[in-house]
Amino acid sequence: MKRLEASLKKWESETLPQWLERMPERMESFTTLSDIPVRRLYTPLDLKDWDYLEKLGFPGDYPFTRGIHATMYRAKLWTMRMFSGYGGPEETNRRLKFLIEHGETGLSLAFDEPTLVGIDPDDPLAEGHVGIEGVNVASLRDMEVIFDGIDMGRVTTNMTINLPAPVLLSYYVAVAEKQGVPYHKIGGTTQNDPLKEFIAQKTYVFPPEAAVKIAIDVIEWSVKNLPKWNPISISGYHIREAGATAVQELAFTLADGIEYVRQLIGRSLDVDTFAPRLSFFFDAHINFFEEIAKFRAARRMWAKIMRDWFGARKKRSMWLRFHTQTAGVSLVVQEPYNNIVRTAIEALAAVLGGTQSLHTNSFDEPFRVPSEFAAKIALRTQQIIAYETGVADTIDPLGGSYYIEWLTDEIEERAWKYIDKIEAMGGMLEAVKRGYPQKEVTESAYKFQRDLEEGRKFIVGVNIFRSDSIDEARNVPLLEFDQEEIEERQKRRVKEVRKMRNQERWRRALDNLRRAAERGENIMPYVLEAARAYATLGEIMGTLKEVYGVYVEPPEY
Amino acid sequence: MSSLQSTREQVLEGPKRRYKVLVAKMGLDGHDRGAKVVARALRDAGFEVVYTGLRQTPEQVAMAAVQEDVDVIGVSILNGAHIHLMKRLMAKLRELGADDIPVVLGGTIPIPDLEPLRSLGIREIFLPGTSLAEIIEKVRKLAEEKRMREEAEASEQVGQA
Repeated sequence: MKRLEASLKKWESETLPQWLERMPERMESFTTLSDIPVRRLYTPLDLKDWDYLEKLGFPGDYPFTRGIHATMYRAKLWTMRMFSGYGGPEETNRRLKFLIEHGETGLSLAFDEPTLVGIDPDDPLAEGHVGIEGVNVASLRDMEVIFDGIDMGRVTTNMTINLPAPVLLSYYVAVAEKQGVPYHKIGGTTQNDPLKEFIAQKTYVFPPEAAVKIAIDVIEWSVKNLPKWNPISISGYHIREAGATAVQELAFTLADGIEYVRQLIGRSLDVDTFAPRLSFFFDAHINFFEEIAKFRAARRMWAKIMRDWFGARKKRSMWLRFHTQTAGVSLVVQEPYNNIVRTAIEALAAVLGGTQSLHTNSFDEPFRVPSEFAAKIALRTQQIIAYETGVADTIDPLGGSYYIEWLTDEIEERAWKYIDKIEAMGGMLEAVKRGYPQKEVTESAYKFQRDLEEGRKFIVGVNIFRSDSIDEARNVPLLEFDQEEIEERQKRRVKEVRKMRNQERWRRALDNLRRAAERGENIMPYVLEAARAYATLGEIMGTLKEVYGVYVEPPEY
Repeated sequence: MSSLQSTREQVLEGPKRRYKVLVAKMGLDGHDRGAKVVARALRDAGFEVVYTGLRQTPEQVAMAAVQEDVDVIGVSILNGAHIHLMKRLMAKLRELGADDIPVVLGGTIPIPDLEPLRSLGIREIFLPGTSLAEIIEKVRKLAEEKRMREEAEASEQVGQA
């Protein structure tokens, strides 16, 4: 180390100055997307007391920095799980089959906004929104159509659903029951992360405390009944998309996770019974090394939190398993085919970061939900990374890079500072009620926009190499569908469902649900019975709103 | 920076009363990053900004614009419901006799929708990637035009009396 230090000093005083004179650097200072200063060169000297076993260990061993499995992608590639859904259940059923046919290995359902906020398609607030941003699901009937001809014992399904998670999970389970699939074979994920809704995505319904209580109900019930289900996907993705930095995304997501773990322990559950079923969801943005370092830091931090804070004993409880989506917010309208390149680089970062499952965005997403053509290219991007590039053939190939290890440590250190601050506020539920993460995210979004305008950050075709033409954008073939027709169809179907069901069973199911919620019981068994009785999403959520109330965001201006 | 700075001076020193902009989110769209960034930028540029918050109906937005006596309405929509929502907003503004308030729209708008939206009377449409400087300058111009029209009308009315 002493010899290295002396050599570095010599390089800095002799070699470097001549070069700086002849070839001055492009910018005065370099920073990552999240504004972490990047030095010219990294050497072992940047990793001072760095201890391999303490910081990295081996894949499959604590602290899991190099991966949660000892064989990683050499044994099993990540799950290629394209977030999909639009229109009505019929359109989405076709899209799922299209993706399966082209080699997708896991399903992921995108729901429209009426579904996300738990209202029926004939609710006045739903007007004009049905089926645009995802599929509309208003009752068990819709879920039956989505999975028509798809064996639910053989696929795993992610459902990006938060406040209405108990309802959508119940619809899913009820359809699986009808298909004759035993509970131990039902696999997949409900996002079920209400805290991030208040921070970012804003499809909130109930006030924070009630929202968290319901999410915990889903987790508790799933852990006891669906051994293969991931009842929560603690999500940084939306926080990042709303403008957070990589560090904020990491810190706020783990802080959300800590809150959920505390709540579950508060129900007298042993940490090792539920921790192995917790999963995470991150964004893969465009600053390549920063993203890789973020994923590695996340694994190491969560392992420490689970082992040292919560006394987990099983290895599986310490695993941070995560799904990744490439950054929707990094895609632009200008020269939209460049988005394919951005997505490929982001996907590569996710893979080098050790993700378990990946969605690659389609290049047409700044305009509309993906066309088949664009979705196929996005899926092919993952397949090219998996089967052509060789990056999946060795584990954590960037481990040991001076820069990557330094950056992993740096991101970890910065994230702990945020977590300490949130802990000092009394945890994430309190921090959210105070609006703390919300304000941090808004500040970062604004700062990034200023950086773009003032030339400190770049987007090709937008603020650098601008071509001032929207012809390319004009020629992108967009997905065509008749929104009004779909809305009418969904309204019609929900009305039919209300008529054809066994009215007595339906009434009793909703009454029982209301009483269970009032008593503070776990609502899941009652929601499931209401689902089987063809209660609509709006009816079940309406019943819960009567008991728990609704949330209105406090004004920021 | 220089263009932002000069706009700020024009905004602060031009009008007798500061230009007032309503930044609105309508429908179920929760993507408020753009709305908040633009609201913040307009405020920093010297505008008075009123932000509606989420889940407003177009009718509520039109009413708020009239009650607050704003110079420009800026709507942000990223969920694809823009045609439906903007139709309702423009209809309500007409009904309230407030269609002299210029309306601008920002968000993820497919190119084929630009023309139909313009024919509804929307003055400017900002696609993703538009700079804050451009948004601020165009909003300022629209506010300035509206104030000039109002002054002209006021002096006409004085003349008639």
